[in-house]
Amino acid sequence: MTNPNELTIAAARDALRAGDLNAVDLTMACLTAMDAGDGLGAFVHKTPDIALRQARAADERLTRSEEAPGLCGIPLGIKDLFCTRGVASQAGSNILKGFKPEYESTVTDKLFGAGAVMLGKLNMDEFAMGSSNETSCYGNAVNPWKVDGRKLTPGGSSGGSAAAVAADLCLAATGTDTGGSIRQPAALCGISGIKPTYGTVSRYGMIAFASSLDQAGPMARSAEDLALLLNVMTGFDERDSTSLQRDKEDYTRDLNKPLAGLRIGLPKEFFAEGLAQDVANRVNEAIAEYKKLGATIVDISLPNSKLAVPVYYVLAPAEASSNLSRFDGVRYGYRAPEYTDLADMYEKSRAQGFGAEVKRRIMIGTYVLSHGYYDAYYLQAQKIRRLIAQDFADAFRQCDVIMGPTSPSTAFNLGEKGDDPVQMYLSDIYTIAVNLAGLPGMSIPCGFGGNGRPVGLQIIGNYFAEVQMLNVAHQYQLATDHHARTPQNIGL
Amino acid sequence: MSIDIDTARKVAKLARIRVEEADLPALAGELSGILTFMEQLNEVDVSGIAPMTSVTPMRLKRRPDVVTDGNIQAQILANAPDAREGFFAVPKVVE
Repeated sequence: MTNPNELTIAAARDALRAGDLNAVDLTMACLTAMDAGDGLGAFVHKTPDIALRQARAADERLTRSEEAPGLCGIPLGIKDLFCTRGVASQAGSNILKGFKPEYESTVTDKLFGAGAVMLGKLNMDEFAMGSSNETSCYGNAVNPWKVDGRKLTPGGSSGGSAAAVAADLCLAATGTDTGGSIRQPAALCGISGIKPTYGTVSRYGMIAFASSLDQAGPMARSAEDLALLLNVMTGFDERDSTSLQRDKEDYTRDLNKPLAGLRIGLPKEFFAEGLAQDVANRVNEAIAEYKKLGATIVDISLPNSKLAVPVYYVLAPAEASSNLSRFDGVRYGYRAPEYTDLADMYEKSRAQGFGAEVKRRIMIGTYVLSHGYYDAYYLQAQKIRRLIAQDFADAFRQCDVIMGPTSPSTAFNLGEKGDDPVQMYLSDIYTIAVNLAGLPGMSIPCGFGGNGRPVGLQIIGNYFAEVQMLNVAHQYQLATDHHARTPQNIGL
Repeated sequence: MSIDIDTARKVAKLARIRVEEADLPALAGELSGILTFMEQLNEVDVSGIAPMTSVTPMRLKRRPDVVTDGNIQAQILANAPDAREGFFAVPKVVE
C-alpha cells in the first residue's frame, strides 16, 4: 500500500471515511516524513502538538463520518505568511522574529474549521519577495527533484509549500501569489497550484506585500484536490475590504465535464524568445493532448504582456513600501538593541530586520511614489496595467481559457541568479500579467525537461472561471500521469 | 534614470532604513539598474487611458463605520518589543 502521506486529499478522505485509515496515523506519517525531509528546509516551524490534537479531534468527528466536514483529518502545511494564533508567523523575515499572532487568518480559520490538521509553517521568500526562496530569513528551501549533485531552487515565493507537497511531507499546502508565487514554484516542483480571481479568498491575516495583487490559493497533487481546498478557502469576509460577495461555489461540480468544444487561446508572446526549448516542447505536447480531448486552438495576442514585469516592479514595490512601513520596532517584531532616538530606532530596526531584497523593493517603492516621480512611474504603470487587463478582455472574446508555460525554464540552481535582481524578476514573465489583471491562473505538471526537471503548464481563465479551469486541468490529469510522478531521491 | 548618491541617501531616509555612507554607491547602482529596466514604460502611449485602481469588475461591499471589537488591550500589546503600563513604549521624543 502507498504510504499515507503520499495520498491525494481525495484518496485520504475516502480512506478516512471508510475506516481504512485514521487521522492520527495519517498525521504521524506526515510528521515522520517531515523529520526525514529536514534537509529540504521546507518546514520552518513544526507544530506536532497542534497537529496531533487536531488529528485526534478529527478522528472523533470521523466516527460519525456522514457529519464530518470536507477536510476532516487532512494534514496540511501552512505558508509562513499566514497568521496562525500562537504559532510563529514571520513571512520569512527576521523583522517578525518571535511574533506570535493573537488571531487566526481567515484562510487557516476556515481550513481548521473544516477539520484540516496543521503540520507546521512553510518556508518562503521574505515577505513573498522572490522567485527562488533564497531571500528567506531561514535559508532557502530545496527542490526535491534532484537530478545530480547540485541543489535546485523550488521556486518562490511559496517554495517551501511546493517542496513539501512534492516530497510528500504533507498532502497539500497553502500558498500566496502576488506575481506568480503559487504557480511558478508549483511548476518547478511538479505539483498543481491555483491562484483564484482577486477577491475570492480573504486576505485577512495574510501578512501584506502588495495588496492589489496578493491572493491566496491552494497547492496540491491534483486539480481535484485544489477544488476540494477551494471549497473551504473561498468566501466573502467582512474583514477584507476587497473580498467579493458571491454565491457559494462548488469547485468540484464540473470536474468530469467533457472538453469537446473548449477553445484554448495560445498567446504568441508566451512562445517567443526567452522560452527554453524543452519547456516549449512539453507545453506543445500538452496542447496536442488537449486537441485529442476535443479542444480547438485559437492563436491570440497579448500585445502589452512584455510590459507586465516592469509595471509590476513599479506597483508592487510602491504598495510594499506603504504596507511594510508598519514594521517600525514599536508594535510588534524586531527592535534594534541600541539607538539614540526614535528616528534612529526606526532606521536601525528596519535596516537590521529586513533582508537585502526587501529593503531594495521598499526603496524602489519609496522612490517611485516620491514627489516629482509619481506621475512618471506610478501613474504611468497604473495606466499600462489597464492596457494589460484590456488585452485579456479582448483575448477572452475569442477563447475560453488561455494556455502557455508557467515559467520560462525548469528549476534553476540555487545561487544561479543571485547577483542580478532584474534577471530574477524575469522568472515571472508569464505569471505576472495575470495578477495585474486580477484573473485566476493555475499551473499543472505537464512532463519533464531535458534535464529531468518538472515543467508546468499554465492555464489562465476569465474572472471567476475557476470551476472551468479545474475541469480543464482535471480532464488532462485523467488522461495523463505527469501529476502523479514523484521525486525518487529526495535531494537531501 | 540614473540615481546618484544623494538621491539614494534621500530615498533611504524617506524609507526609514539606515544605509551606511560607504554602502550608498552600491545602493545607487542597484536602484539605477532596476529603474533603467522600467524606462521602457515611458515609451508607451497612454493618452486617454485611465489608471487602473480597482482590480475586479465588481463593486465592493460597504459596511457601516462602527466599532466591532474592543477591550483587547493585552492582545494588542502582547507582541510589543517594549510595553509599559498599558502603552507601547518608545524612546523619549520630548525633553
